[in-house]
Formats: sequence, structure tokens, C-alpha cells
Amino acid sequence: MRLTCPLCGPRDRREFYYYGAADYLNRPAGGDPAEWDAYLHLRDNPAGQTRDLWYHETGCAQWLLVTRDTVTHSISDVALVAAGGASGGGIAAKVKPEGSA
Amino acid sequence: MADLIAKSPLDGASITIGALTLAEFDAGRITSVAPLQGQEAALAKAFAPLGLAFPAPNRVSTGKDARLVWTSRGQAFLFGAAPAGLEAHAALTDQSDGWATLRLTGAGAAAALMRLVPLDLEAMAVEEAARAPLGHMQSILIRVEDGFEILVFRSMARTLWHEVETAMKSLAARAQI
Amino acid sequence: MRIAGKGLIDRNRALRFRFDGRDYAGHPGDTLASALLANGVRLVGRSFKYHRPRGIWSAGSEEPNALVEIIEDRQQTPNVRATMQELFEGLEAKSQNRWPSLKHDLLAVNDLAAPFLSAGFYYKTFMWPRAFWERLYEPVIRRAAGLGSLSGQHDEGHFEKAHAFCDLLVIGAGPAGLMAALTAGRAGAKVILADEGAAMGGQLLSDARPIDGKPAADWVADVLAELASLPNIRLMPRTTVTGAYDHGTYGALERVGLHLPDQPNLPRECFWRIVAKAAVLTTGATERGIAFADNDRPGIMAASAVRSYLNRYGVAAGARVALFASNDDARRTARDLMAAGVTVAAIIDPRPDASVLEDCPVLTGATVTGTRGRHGLREITVAHAGGESRIEADCLAVSGGWNPALHLTCHMNGRPVWDAGLAAFLPSPGAVTGLHPAGAVAGRYDTLACLSDGAETARLILAELGIKAVLPDLPAAEDAPHAHAPLWSVPGKRRAWLDLANDVTVKDVALSAQEGFRSVEHMKRYTTQGMAPDQGRNSNVAALAVLADLTGRGIPETGTTTFRPPYSPVSIAALGAGGRGAGFAPQRFLTSHSASVERAAPMIEAGLWYRPSYFPKPGESTWRESCDREVQMVRNTVGVCDVSTLGKIDLQGADAARFLDFVYTNTFSTLPVGKVRYGLMLREDGQVLDDGTTARLGENHFLMTTTTAAAGLVMRHLDFLHQAFCAHWDLRFISVTENWAQFAVAGPQARRLLDSLLDAPVDLPFMGCGAVSVAGVAARLFRISFSGEQGYEIAVPARYGEALFRDLVARAETLGGGPYGMEALNVLRIEKGFITHAEIHGRVTAFDIGAERMISAKKDCVGKAAALRPGLLGPEREQMVGLRPVNDAPITAGAHLFTPGDEVGRVNDQGYVTSVGYSPTMGGWLGIGFLKNGRARHGEMVRLVDHLRGIDLLCTVADPVFHDPQGEKLRG
Ligand SMILES: [Zn+2]
Repeated sequence: MRLTCPLCGPRDRREFYYYGAADYLNRPAGGDPAEWDAYLHLRDNPAGQTRDLWYHETGCAQWLLVTRDTVTHSISDVALVAAGGASGGGIAAKVKPEGSA
Repeated sequence: MADLIAKSPLDGASITIGALTLAEFDAGRITSVAPLQGQEAALAKAFAPLGLAFPAPNRVSTGKDARLVWTSRGQAFLFGAAPAGLEAHAALTDQSDGWATLRLTGAGAAAALMRLVPLDLEAMAVEEAARAPLGHMQSILIRVEDGFEILVFRSMARTLWHEVETAMKSLAARAQI
Repeated sequence: MRIAGKGLIDRNRALRFRFDGRDYAGHPGDTLASALLANGVRLVGRSFKYHRPRGIWSAGSEEPNALVEIIEDRQQTPNVRATMQELFEGLEAKSQNRWPSLKHDLLAVNDLAAPFLSAGFYYKTFMWPRAFWERLYEPVIRRAAGLGSLSGQHDEGHFEKAHAFCDLLVIGAGPAGLMAALTAGRAGAKVILADEGAAMGGQLLSDARPIDGKPAADWVADVLAELASLPNIRLMPRTTVTGAYDHGTYGALERVGLHLPDQPNLPRECFWRIVAKAAVLTTGATERGIAFADNDRPGIMAASAVRSYLNRYGVAAGARVALFASNDDARRTARDLMAAGVTVAAIIDPRPDASVLEDCPVLTGATVTGTRGRHGLREITVAHAGGESRIEADCLAVSGGWNPALHLTCHMNGRPVWDAGLAAFLPSPGAVTGLHPAGAVAGRYDTLACLSDGAETARLILAELGIKAVLPDLPAAEDAPHAHAPLWSVPGKRRAWLDLANDVTVKDVALSAQEGFRSVEHMKRYTTQGMAPDQGRNSNVAALAVLADLTGRGIPETGTTTFRPPYSPVSIAALGAGGRGAGFAPQRFLTSHSASVERAAPMIEAGLWYRPSYFPKPGESTWRESCDREVQMVRNTVGVCDVSTLGKIDLQGADAARFLDFVYTNTFSTLPVGKVRYGLMLREDGQVLDDGTTARLGENHFLMTTTTAAAGLVMRHLDFLHQAFCAHWDLRFISVTENWAQFAVAGPQARRLLDSLLDAPVDLPFMGCGAVSVAGVAARLFRISFSGEQGYEIAVPARYGEALFRDLVARAETLGGGPYGMEALNVLRIEKGFITHAEIHGRVTAFDIGAERMISAKKDCVGKAAALRPGLLGPEREQMVGLRPVNDAPITAGAHLFTPGDEVGRVNDQGYVTSVGYSPTMGGWLGIGFLKNGRARHGEMVRLVDHLRGIDLLCTVADPVFHDPQGEKLRG
């Protein structure tokens, strides 16, 4: 299996660390236990298109959002999480350092 | 007190097997340069006197006495020059002592390294660089005129030496048959 | 027997070799199989199950019978196919699966017991009584099972792994492959041509018919010469492509030095990972046999193999040869033999309408119904329209048609398609993306079609890659149609073999069907058909055809079993090449390594790092003596320890503080510049990820330390948080672990030591940090302690690490101190109740370690929400405690804790021990463990049980901080 890192180019699967479903990018804003339960534990197991997170561990150390097909093994997209592949970026509001406004 | 004696990871070792030579070299000062938010333009201006530009992925920018090697998103390693005047525009860290720096040169250098690195190194051109696994290690590879510069973590220098030497010996033995 | 003037061997040179202790000679170009046949050796092994005498069946990699051991000084290699082993001077080989000798094999008694050893025998027989399994059945089966033997010594052979890349990978260098490579090579594409043979050319090397008006071998040589002259082509002979994987990745095994006497540094084999934009599969086809009574005797061979031995190796496989074939193509074997002066006793053709026009007797509508000859074929029995005849023959060439070698197309779940016209399975189109079959593997059997298909397929693939190719001129070659009628088995009472390698007969398949194992997958497992080293390459199609007949279904309905990688056996040594000794894993050495080794410190592995265990002094005979001394040294004077292995991450930017507040449970934005704070990190599921100190070097500049074990893990974690949730923040971080050598200086005399060392002494408060200078070198000093004593850590650029370590140790020694190792470091921290990853092992929360107050209520942080879940915060949790055995006896980590009086068992388990050590400070053993509701049980007794090491004693539960609970020494 090969993944094309948007920065490093096409690389062997062994260069990447697999994390899990792209759901990890949708971190709940509050403390609702049901939301957190879903975030941490509830996953689809699709036969077909899936999106998951890979880390280019022995390359550029970037997290990648990979869109692939679990049946055909085709990979339709690899995007940098940092470039907005994520819906994240929301923690700016969520983290309020002590003593800051 | 007396001076502290500086030591390189491999005490300047070098070995030639067949057509290939593996040698530790002094890469001089190495500084990681990561442009701070919104400082890209100012940093480019600061680099100009050195003849350097922040490199595109997998590229090397070569100046008069210094090189800037792409190492990651928003990160490059400055080789051979002091990072004077960059502090305001980039996060800088000294990396000079963090790496073992070796050169593998001679005909077949790519073939030898491709025992260890899963990249098409034969297709790599001068002034190209790559972050790549080398055996089980993380490395920085830089294509130079007559071979490759190889950087691995300093503590792994001996393993790098062992792995590359084994590949060199294999290649030399193959050439004999 | 050699035939004068034939073959591609070098008759001017003789090579001596040994087989089963006897000396023979062959020639360069021979395989072990051809050389044995040339020397009249037909019996080369015993079969797997019945120990039947066996000979050579094929001339290729599919060989099911002729598996031998190759004996060398440094190794012994079992299950080598004699048909693939090239001859070299001094080669020594041995037959397998026989004792005491090949001719007199005691386990041949299995053959007499055959009525009891049919399919499913093991499943039925060795079931009951249950107690017999371990004591009787398994040892007996183990002794009898398996093929070949290993030397019992370490295999010292050198193996290699390598990577290659190309536009077009051509798999197989027969007529189709050569034309594909030529087409692509001339077009300038980057081509790899891999072939499993020592010489490229495939069947053409065994073919007596001309190509382009010249001998086929000469045409092959011309093409190879042109290919070798092209810089964009890499020729890889002796290389079997063993597997097809996702996205153009192929595995291939190259036999690098197996055709030569063993020599140091020369790899025996190399396992290649080839990445190809596209590939042509030109693996040809494998001839199949026919199952008839006693069809396994030495001398019964594939018709194409007999032809190959004659034309390629100049060897007649027999003096009087018969041919049993259901197709026209195999007739060439008889004709080539006769042209070479070998007697052909008869051609037996089951087709009633087959031609009888040959220069030897031809029996049509006839079948072979039996054979004789104890250690080699002597005679065959033939049934024909006129009745039954016996024909004298020492070699019977058999052909039941051809099976395309389509295995690679099945490696990614592709199912082959039955072609009734060819009576063969063909690759299903598009089975592996980018892999295109051409030539015989695609069912185009005649040479001309192979040549043209190879070129045309390559041209089409290259067009897709955007490379324009011109078709080479097509040479003149034969184009006879494939005339055949399938025959799978000849009815009869005696055993008829389908799978020679695993001793599976037609009867076994019948029994399987009769007992309800009618699915081809079940039949395979019940009979073990196709599970031998040849992986069914010789027998799969025939076995399922027989099963189809027996169950009244057609072949397509019966289906095939799945071909999986590897196509040919791959040695574990090749797959694991380089991963032995120093190559097993990277070794990380400290800058102080030599200095520690000089002091005779034994090194222990900590992850990939090698760290000194302890520093023995003269007179100390056990590690405990050294460890106890080193602990007391730190408590009483001063000790020096290399702590460079801890991860160090440099964080900069206006948002660095904000990021740390998110990462850590506690707050770092309030940390003053020049101060250090201990921090705790959680995973999002609320379990502790890591702990360590972070120093604020400047307003927007922090230095985080991680534990040695979790350095990589924390970096990946931080990268995720940064990139996923706050990539736009002004935050940059990078590992600086390797740039700094860092040493702990701990003990009441630490300050005195540093005062003597630093260019300008500094007065750091507890948890302070700052820049210092050592002999003019810019260094960093942190006042932190992992020992509970007044402690500092001093960091210098790694190039000065060794020098500073030597200097620190020398200064410590003048103060009555010295270096200390991992053992003492561990005891010191246990005495102080400090945790390591022995405690934070992945299912421990902040609450469990008594650090729930470190989760700031004023901000969000990773893991906060999950850490506050119900069930994670109560008395039901196992909480960290200290343990002291009542009689100061040794205790062990891994032991479990019970309430005294309770029965020792899983349901009563109260907790477990994570760390132990003998404390010279407290004068007894101490432990850290986790105990249910432990914090409320200080002062209670618990029973500590370790069944593995026979320990069962009472401990007092205590606060884990045994030494200096008020922390006065730290701050002093
Ligand atoms: Zn990358």
C-alpha cells in the first residue's frame, strides 16, 4: 500500500502511523458525556469510502486525512490536516488560559 | 576549569569499500528555522543577504556559504551560517549537535542506500532533499553531486554506520560475481 | 544420460558435486536435477506422508517431489528444489524425509498402512482420549511431520532487502516477456525484467523450433543483448516475483549467491520491494499431470520437463520413453527425443480421433492404467481398444494440458475465470490494478501469439503512462492451434496421485466429497491438497476437476481455492534480512557511553537506548551491593547520572503557553520565566499519557521534557493537537532531545560540585532554571530532582557530553560521590514515590495516582472531560499506594494484592504491584502498587501473592512517599 503525502510525495505504507477514523477531528466543545462517548468510542465500519487519519512518522511528521475505499483499496485523496483538512481550529475559544482575558 | 573536549558522533570515521566511500563530515552549524506566524515575508528579506530562499518541500536552497534544507511543513534546517538577524521572524533551535552527518559517495551510492531507504533515490536530483526512513531510523537525505548526505539522530550514528557499511559490502560482493 | 551435441550447458568444464554422499559430475548450466538425471539418478526423495520413492517431475519452480537439503559449512538449507538449484563446484546435497537411507526408509511402512492414513485420518484418530494428545499423539506426529531438517545452529548466511522503482515491471522473460521488455525498453521507459530462471528465455530455451529462422536460444540471446545495452532496463534473472500488493507494489525474491559456493558478504538471497507504475504478467503456463494408478514413480515426468532436459540440458530422462498426453503439443517431446536418437516406446493418447502419424507406435483412445518399478519406472500398463498391454519404459512423459500461471492476479482477491475451450482458468480482467497478463498466462499458447501479445500489451500500457512505443518487428515463429481434450484422471482401483507434494490421491478427494466436504475450500483443508510447498501449482485444477466430477457440478460452479502470496516459497531469512544482531533495531548510545563502559558498567536497554545499570566498585560482587552504595551516595554526598534520554521538545511562539495549557492538565501560562513546573498529560480518554517538567526559557519559549519511553509518543500527540485543532496559532515546536547531553547532579553536595564547575556560580531556587557557562560553553541548568535530594540537571551541546560527564564524575568523586546508574535511579524514585511508566501504564488516571487536583478547573485540557466520567473517581478505583513487606523480605512487581483472609483468586483481587526495590535508606524492601480504595487504607495489611515466583507475604499499605515526605531535602 502506498500513500501520497502532499508534501513528501508517494511513500510506502510503512512510513505512516495509523490512528483511526477522521471523527477524531471533531472534538466536542463541551463536556456532554454522550458527545464524548461518541467521539471516543462510536465508529462506523464502512464497506466503501472511509476517511481516516495517518501520521507521516518517518517523513514530514504531518497528520494526513486520507479518503480511501475499503473494498477497492483505492485512495482518492490525501490532505494535510493542518491545511484545514480538519473542522478543528475551534480550541482557540475553548482554551482560556488563567489570567488571560 | 579545563576546556571541554568536543567530540563528533563517529570521531570523523571514514571507510571505502569498492567504489563507495562513507565518511562522517562536519556540517558546521545547523539551525532549525520555523517562520513565525505572519513573518514569512520578513524572513525572506532576512535570508536574502545569504543568497537563500525558504525552500519548497523536498528542496534545498543553496547560497554563498550556506544551505537551507526543507525538513517539514514550515520548517527548514540552515546549514553553515549563523542565524543572525532571524530571531524576530522565526523560531530557531540549535541542531548542530543533534545529528550524525555522513556522506556516501561514489558510483552506486543510490543503489547502496536503496537497500535501506524505500525511495527512488536514483531519480533524486542534486538540490533535492527528503525526510525518509533509513532502516528503522528517521533520516534527512540530501542529494549532492557525487552521492548523498545522510543525517540521523546523533545517538544512532553507530547503527547508521553498521547498516550502510553492510549495504556497501553486499554491493561490492555482488560486483565480484 | 547425456545426448551429444544438445543443450545449453558448457561441456568443456566439469563441476563435481555430491548427492547423498556419492560423488558425481555435471556442467555449468546444469541444475542439480539435470545433473542427477544425466548421472542416471532417478530416485531423489521420499514423499511427505507415505514415504513413497519419488523422482523429478518438472524442470521448474513448481517441482513437487525433488526437494533436497543443501549442506554448506555455515548452513543447511532444507526443501531446495533440485530443479531450481544451479550446479556449482563442490555442491553437496542430501535427500529428505527418509531414514536411514533413501533406498531403505523405515517410515515407508506408512505406505503399507495407507488404508488407515486416508484423508481426515488425523482429525478422526487423534481426538480421543483427550489426555493422549499431549503425551502421545503430538510428540509422535511432530517427529513424523515436516520436510527436511535444519542444522540446529544459527544460520550465519547473509541476506538482503532492497527497493526498486520502474515504469513497467515485466514478470517472466519468456517470449511474451521479452517482447514486452523490448517494446518498452526501446520506447525509453524505465523497465525491470524479472525472471525466476538463471537464464532468461523461459520455454524458448527448451524449444527445438526456430524463431526468425534461427535456434530459439540464439534469438533469445540477441534480444537479451539489446536489452542489456539499454540503460533504462534492469535485467533481474533468478528473481521470482512472489506477490502483488496494493498500488503497484510487488514482492520479489532474488537468488543472489545460491548458485555459488558460500562467500562472506555476498547475499544468499535478496527480497525486493518493487514499485511499478504498471506491470505485464508473462509467467506462461505450467503443465499439468493426469491422475492414474501409481503415477508417482521416479521416471514419470511432465512431458515438457522431459523436453526441457533434452533440449536445454542435453539429458535424456530415460532410455526408453513413453508419452501419455491428451494434446498435440506434447507430441513434440516424442519427436524431439526420437530426433536425438532416444527410443520412444509408445505414444498413448486418450483422444480416439488423435493422429497416429508418428515415427513410433501410437495408441489412440488409450490410457495408462498402471505402472511398475520399485525405485523407478520399469513398465506401464495401457488400456486401449484392443485390450490391455504392458509396455516396457523407464520414463513416462505425461501431459494433461496446461494451467496458466495466473497466481499473482489472485493475490488481491481476484478470482480466475474458467475457459471451457482451453479447459483452463484464465486471469479475470483487471484483477490487480495495473497488472496486465500477456501470452500463455492469458491463454495464448502458441509462440507467435505470445510474441505479439507481449509487445502489444506493453504498447497499450505505455500509452496509458503517456509513453509512445513502436511495436518491434514480429519474428517468424510457430502458431499451431492448441489441440487437446482434457483428461483429469483414469479410473482404477489403485491409488492415483493428484498432489504429489502432499500425497493426496483421487480417493482422498472422493472420501472428502463422500463425508460432506464438498466445497473446494473444505476439500483442501480435509485432504491437505495444495498445502505443500508447491501450494497446489501442480494439483489444484485437477483436484477441483475431480471434485466437480464426483459432486456432479461443473468446474466453474465448484470454484477454486484462493492463491495467496508467495507464489514460490520465500525464506524467512530473506523477509527478515538485516534484522539480526545489531540490525534488529537501532541502538541509541549516550555521549557518556564509553566513559561508563570504561567503569565496567553493565548496559541495559531502555527502549532503544543503552544506559548504565550500575557502576561496580572493586570488592562488589552483586548488582545489589553497587546499587545500595549508589543510593546511599546520592542520599549522603552527591551522584551523577546521564539523563539525556529524556525527550526534550522546544516550543516557541506567542501561543506556546496557551498550547501547553491545553496539553497539560495544569496551567503553564502562569509560569514565570526562569522557572520549571511539573506537568501531567492525559489522553483524550482520560488516562495518563505522560508526565515531566517544562521550563519557561523566555516569554514565548518553553522547553518540555518527556519520559524516555514516551518521547516519540508525545511528539506525535503534540503534532496531532497542533495540526488538528490550532494549526493557525503562533506555535512552533521541534525535538531537541539529541542536541543536548543532560546530567543529573543530585545529593547534599550537589551545589558544592556545581559551584566548582560553573564559570560563574548561580543561586537557583528549587524549580528554577537558567543559562550558565561551563568552561566557556553555553549550558542550561535546571534545579529539578527525581531522587528527592537537592538536585540539578545540567545540559550542554552533545559534542561536549562525554567531556562533561567525565568531569562531573571526577568532581563528584573528590566529594565522596560518583556516578549512579539505572538501578539506583529507580530505587531513589521509589523511595520518593515518583512515578514512571511502570505506574502510568495506559489504564491509570490522574485520580488513580492521586493527582486529580492537577486537573485545573479553570480551563479545558486534553482528557479533562473523559477523566471526570463516573466510575473513574471513586473508591472502586485501584489507587496508588506504597507497600512495605512486614518482614522486609523481597517483593516483586507483577504480584497481586488481596485482603488477608480472602481466598486468593481473580474475584477477590484488590490490586497489583508496579515497582519494587530494596531501599538502603529505609532498610527494607519498598513497593509501589495500585490498591482498591488504597488511599483510605494506609496502615492496613494486604496479602501480596506472586504465584510465578512463589511469594506470599503480608505488606503494610502506606503513603508512596517514604523518604522525606515534607520535601525539605529537595528545597534545602
Ligand atoms: Zn510527508
